[in-house]
Amino acid sequence: MQIRRVVDRSMTYLLLFFALVSILIVFLIGIFTIRESLEAWNEVGLLNFLIGTSWHPTQGELGILQMIIGSILATFGSLVLGVPLAFGCAIFLAEIAPQGIQRVLRPAIQLLAGIPSVVFGLFGLVVLVPAIRKIQIYGNSGFSILAASIVLAVMILPTIASITEDAIRAVPRSYKEGSLALGATHWQTIVNVILPAARPGIVAAVILGVGRALGETMAMIMVIGNSVAMPRALDPANPLTIFLSQARTLTGNVAVEISYATGVHESGLFATGVVLFVLIMLVNSGARALIRAGGNH
Amino acid sequence: MTERAMTKENATVVERCATSNLKTRKTTQTLFFILLYLTGLITVVVLVYVIGYVVKIGAPELNLDFLTTNPRGGLSGEGGILSTIITSAYLVGMVLLWAVPFGIGAGIFLMEYAEDAQYSTNKWIQWMVKISHFGVETLAGVPSIIFGLFGYALFVTTLNMGFSLLAASLAGACLVLPTIIRTTEEAMRAVPRSYREASLALGATKWQTIYKVILPAAAPGIITGIILTIGRVIGETAVFYVTLGGSSGVPKTLLSGGRTMALHVFYLAMDTRAFEKAMATGVVLIISIITINLIVNIISNKLQNNLRGNG
Repeated sequence: MQIRRVVDRSMTYLLLFFALVSILIVFLIGIFTIRESLEAWNEVGLLNFLIGTSWHPTQGELGILQMIIGSILATFGSLVLGVPLAFGCAIFLAEIAPQGIQRVLRPAIQLLAGIPSVVFGLFGLVVLVPAIRKIQIYGNSGFSILAASIVLAVMILPTIASITEDAIRAVPRSYKEGSLALGATHWQTIVNVILPAARPGIVAAVILGVGRALGETMAMIMVIGNSVAMPRALDPANPLTIFLSQARTLTGNVAVEISYATGVHESGLFATGVVLFVLIMLVNSGARALIRAGGNH
Repeated sequence: MTERAMTKENATVVERCATSNLKTRKTTQTLFFILLYLTGLITVVVLVYVIGYVVKIGAPELNLDFLTTNPRGGLSGEGGILSTIITSAYLVGMVLLWAVPFGIGAGIFLMEYAEDAQYSTNKWIQWMVKISHFGVETLAGVPSIIFGLFGYALFVTTLNMGFSLLAASLAGACLVLPTIIRTTEEAMRAVPRSYREASLALGATKWQTIYKVILPAAAPGIITGIILTIGRVIGETAVFYVTLGGSSGVPKTLLSGGRTMALHVFYLAMDTRAFEKAMATGVVLIISIITINLIVNIISNKLQNNLRGNG
């Protein structure tokens, strides 16, 4: 009896220790990253860091606006390409696909989710970049935001598709039956009843996709060119050609330079990491607000 | 007009409206359904194209020699991938060594002890549980490169481990810790409350209950989480890119650097442009991940059957 008590007590403390260390690590990461970035904030000031467009850390020029824009453009492009496809797959799987097709498509999407990002990057580098290079515009190297967007679109597709499908399947059957009984077609039911009811889940799916796109590193380094210049439309007459421009993402900035950076340069990379983190948090809280707003209707 | 005539006329109007409307509605539906079929088709085509391309280019390079020799190193891109397979295996083992006890321990604590704490009068414990849940949730959304950044600054430079297996495995452990904590919690939450109550009612202590009743019941879920972690470590590149160095030999000690299969793909593609070798390595990588996914599927199917059996 006594021994059992002692074991019980000591296991409680051991588990408490594990939990405390795990939680400590969580906070260590936050505190450490912020502390390391202080030097850069002090050097150039928060505002200059965020709106500066010149990144020459060895000369003390730390501006990352072009990378913020690079990250946002690549993510935006991936959403434009990937979200319709992901929603289509989700609706298809949840509502209309026959069993046989489901048995092919669902594992295909799962498999897509399992392919390591570096393999997508390799594919982009070998297939997409040369293909994009064929577009005849002065300054087009193939390494581009467009290539990055396509790679990201494929990478976020499985995430968005599977969560959206779950959200659609979670809509009570009675909603669907009610709508069909009123004479609506299946498609009308999907658009007017099922999708609105599944909205919070769908928003969450897109947000997760955005988080993954903003956070992707290696595939981005491989296809986006990593230029520190501000992305610009290659053909000034056609603003869409900005997607053919080279760029650098926030993640790429950290990964490419961290191994040789020292002093304020290194601190600038930590500051880049903090900005990336804040960006993702902003997207998350924005989405939460959106879901709440949807709930009030 | 007589009443009957009016009714008849109304009926025709209604009928006409209904039919014509129905026709458009049906056409719209058909159009959109075709579109939905197309999206499914495009997705499968994309998958087949990506994997097909990688396999087509990579497969000719793939032979026993490729799997059993080390990369020559330097910029040649020659040689096989044996040392990268070994490094990947070392790294998986070491990440699990750090992350599994802490992750599962923290998961058990948060679930079994901390849940009770909600009702406890101890404000401090309540506060701690809330904070740690928040921390775990937040960390799950943090991009892996930030873990790399942290790992580089803390383990590689501040603690002087250099680019090494040790530093990389610690950084990797931080990356997967939230996932393991979460899957452990979820697996334990799925164990029916009656199990706990029965065990406690029989006079078992809390730890005996956890160890003998809850953990065995939650084991398949926890194991699934761990296997998924293995897949994550094998496929992860960003964290190890900034903590593992990238030397191409087999790491001799905990403090030597190395490169995983995924990193090897990156270096081959970016530094040496040896695309065929990179694709071949990619094929090995994809096969490993598929195998892991299959194992997970088998376990979770079994798990579902078990639950059904118990229900």
